[in-house]
Amino acid sequence: MKDEKAPNPPRLADKFLEWYCRSEVLEDLQGDLYEHFDRNVTQKGVRKARAIYWLDVLKFFRLYTIRKLRIFNNIMTFIMFKNYFKTSVRSIARNKLFSAINVIGLAISMSIGLLMIVFISEVFSFDKFHENGDRIYRVNNIYQEQLEDPTLFATTSVIMAEKIKESIPGVESQVLMTRNFGGDAKLGDKVIPLNGFWATEEFAEVFSFEVLRGNPKTMLFEPNSIVLTDESAEKIFGDTDPMNQTFTLKPNYGDEEIFKVTGIIKKPPYNSHFTFQALGSYSTYMHQNAKDEEGKRWYNAWNNMWMNYVYVKLEPNTDVEHVNQQLIALGEQESEKHERFTITSTLQPLYGMMAGPALSNNIGPSIGGEIIWILGALTLVVLLSAGFNYTNLSVARSLKRAKEVGVRKVIGATKRQVFNQFIIEATVISVLSLFLAYFLFLVIKPYFLGLDPSIERSLHLDITAKLFLYFVLFALLVGLLAGFFPALFLSKLQAIQALKNTGSTKLFSKVNMRKVLIVVQFTLSMAFIISASIAYTQFKYALDFDLGFKTENVLNVELQQNDWQKVETAFAAIPDIEAISKSAMIPSVGSTYLVDFKYGNDSTELSYNTIDENYIDLMGHEIIAGVNFSKKIAETEESEIVLNEEALKRFNLGTPNEAIGKRVSIEDQVVTIIGVVRDFHFDKLEQGINSFGFRNNVESFYFANLKLNTTDLPATMVKIEEAWNEIDPVHAFKSQFYDENIEMAYSQYILMGMIVGFLAFVTISIAALGLLGMAVYTAETRMKEISIRKVLGATEGSLIGLLTSGFMWLLIISATLAIPLTYFFFEQTILNGIENRAPIGPLELFTGVLIIFSIGIITIGSQVRKAARANPAQTLRSE
Amino acid sequence: MKGTNLGEFEEVVLLTIASLMSDAYSVAICDEIERITERKITLGVVHSVLNRLEEKGFVSSQLGEATKVRGGRRKRYFEVTHAGKATLMKVKEQRDELWSLIPEFNLKMI
Repeated sequence: MKDEKAPNPPRLADKFLEWYCRSEVLEDLQGDLYEHFDRNVTQKGVRKARAIYWLDVLKFFRLYTIRKLRIFNNIMTFIMFKNYFKTSVRSIARNKLFSAINVIGLAISMSIGLLMIVFISEVFSFDKFHENGDRIYRVNNIYQEQLEDPTLFATTSVIMAEKIKESIPGVESQVLMTRNFGGDAKLGDKVIPLNGFWATEEFAEVFSFEVLRGNPKTMLFEPNSIVLTDESAEKIFGDTDPMNQTFTLKPNYGDEEIFKVTGIIKKPPYNSHFTFQALGSYSTYMHQNAKDEEGKRWYNAWNNMWMNYVYVKLEPNTDVEHVNQQLIALGEQESEKHERFTITSTLQPLYGMMAGPALSNNIGPSIGGEIIWILGALTLVVLLSAGFNYTNLSVARSLKRAKEVGVRKVIGATKRQVFNQFIIEATVISVLSLFLAYFLFLVIKPYFLGLDPSIERSLHLDITAKLFLYFVLFALLVGLLAGFFPALFLSKLQAIQALKNTGSTKLFSKVNMRKVLIVVQFTLSMAFIISASIAYTQFKYALDFDLGFKTENVLNVELQQNDWQKVETAFAAIPDIEAISKSAMIPSVGSTYLVDFKYGNDSTELSYNTIDENYIDLMGHEIIAGVNFSKKIAETEESEIVLNEEALKRFNLGTPNEAIGKRVSIEDQVVTIIGVVRDFHFDKLEQGINSFGFRNNVESFYFANLKLNTTDLPATMVKIEEAWNEIDPVHAFKSQFYDENIEMAYSQYILMGMIVGFLAFVTISIAALGLLGMAVYTAETRMKEISIRKVLGATEGSLIGLLTSGFMWLLIISATLAIPLTYFFFEQTILNGIENRAPIGPLELFTGVLIIFSIGIITIGSQVRKAARANPAQTLRSE
Repeated sequence: MKGTNLGEFEEVVLLTIASLMSDAYSVAICDEIERITERKITLGVVHSVLNRLEEKGFVSSQLGEATKVRGGRRKRYFEVTHAGKATLMKVKEQRDELWSLIPEFNLKMI
């Protein structure tokens, strides 16, 4: 015919024709077109022939050539759906064990999935009640001291508000708020503690909290104005009208002042990222703090940025990035004036603040995007594990379904229809699981909320109608994904093969995927269980660690602004209290107080605690040189200090004995070293030991430390509380045993251990269920083989070995993957950089693996043993 | 069934199929009509007419053997069915009758 390079009709046109043309007509039509094309090529040239081909293809787009409309197919699927549904239900009912394994496994994992859905959607629903909230941003500061790492703060400086007003266009309104407004509201003999923020009068312009009374625009204008929430107004004034009433507010620091109620705001809803009981007018704060020259200087300082929040509402259609750039430029320009630090600012959108990055000095508790990611990822892992189960079991069992598929195909089912059928079956299973999952979700919800006090305070996890819709969608999605692989696999079966070789496992020999999935499941289970045990060991290690002083039977009582002398006298009357001391803070639980510390020309920062003369003895600190403080009643100039060994080393002060009598300065105040204590862990164990000093100043006590010696603790506690109530009837008694304080400080390990432990439990259960299913399946399909082997003389033991070894190999592979992976994960990321930590030993690494192995052996063994023990005559007779 | 009456072009196609005997497939039909009538005929028109004729039951079709030409696509061969033949005959009879009614001189006058 023609030469090799015969011109072809345009491919795209050809594709289009194949797409629209119904198959009965396609072949000869296409042939005709090809013939025409060839003729046109010789008569009119390639180019023209192609154009004509295109035209012809378009011309043939007619009613009688195009495929039946899609909707027709859909109607078919819909009609068939009833059938699919019926066969699904029958198949589920017929295989009760497998269905139960699938439903339970999916339900367990889906309950966690539901929890995550509720959790995440609630976190992201925060602050949505603000009108135009998408235009509201907070100014966050980034603080960097010299060469240290920059820290992100939710706060900014007071002056920032003014600078934005002056130099940044596109801001519709902005509000400046400052922390620590509040104290005791006194009216008549009522004393009600209040707390909230100082806020400028634009508060109600930026935010949409519901203003019940008062003029939203002016209520925070006048000095000494206060806006109460309806809740706190009722507490203070009862049924009387609170508007324009006055009362005295005794703040936590500073003098009493009289405030006038100028407005009432509805109590902030729980899904606001910050909450308050009262707002004080900013002008009051300014009068208090910018009174004299020095006050003004600090008030307007660029680094007065620890307590103030600025929220801006941008004008509609403002380019946020542009405003942000201006803000950053402003920060850089301003920071150039300062040597020691750089402070720059950026905008953070209001929506999603709850899930934002971790910020220092945050305005309220936030969940943090990181945690959401971690929890989400863990949930996904658990879901995957249950999905694997379904996939595995379905593929394994597809041997039995192959005949059904074969018959369906012979009758005329298309690949797509078979696929649909099995997807629908998976979806039926997942929707069944959803019901069970919902109940499980209701069970685990309170535990999740109770995990951490900050979670409980800010989240409700309420279920709305919208969430139910999500649940159903979620179940459908799970069914779709879990059923995808089995459905694909079954729909690909060739009718002839499926019908001819019903018994042959050859069909499925290629499915190594199953083994891979089992290995992944068990690797995850082992990783979880190892992580949980590592977390637990860390926690135990931290609790049992010798801090260098004694914390047993020490009860730390918060003084709450009360006169320490009064408290001490009251407690001294209780015989069960062996000793009393006072201190400014509680060391070793995570917070430190820092002060400038100088010796000669050298300077550093000193962690300190201010204590009285009894503290060192009471806590059992060891004085290795010099003396303790002596008793002071009244305020005298601070002149003495007790240092730790590390502080001596830092300034080369020589041996402890040599250091006594040397003079150092703290906060530019010269003090004499009168004693040296042995090093102890004043910070959390993750940190090392640095310079530390005990100061002695009666002005700054916040805690009373009571050493108890009692046989009847509850009675003693009652006595102490009674004594407290005599002194301070307003504020509730707040105390904690030192050991409890320490336990709280390391609660993150417990939290981690609990979450991971629970997930370990869940994944292990799911994996064990899957293993059980596989074992049952293997035993069933190899029954005949087992029987023959037995007849030929195989012992029970050798049969068990034969059937178990395959699974054991999978477990061993999982273990060899899981152990090093988890080990390196913890070494490299989580525990990296922690100063004092328990080493990860073989105990932590192998207990989990052993547990999984024993669970695996029990699961497989039970089935295999049953198979091996069965009477071969019974099985072989039925042939 | 749609009406059983035959359009002019349908008649031509049907006659062509009959005349082409066993070689009646779309392209050949198209060529033959072009040759006889000296009209420019597009394949699309022929195709849709063939489809219509098949729907009316005047022609039947079957696929032939695959050949090397036409990109390996088989041809669809058409055949006039009994109903088609009957309709053709009827049309011819009607025409003949009409012809017979015309006196010779009348024709010459036109």
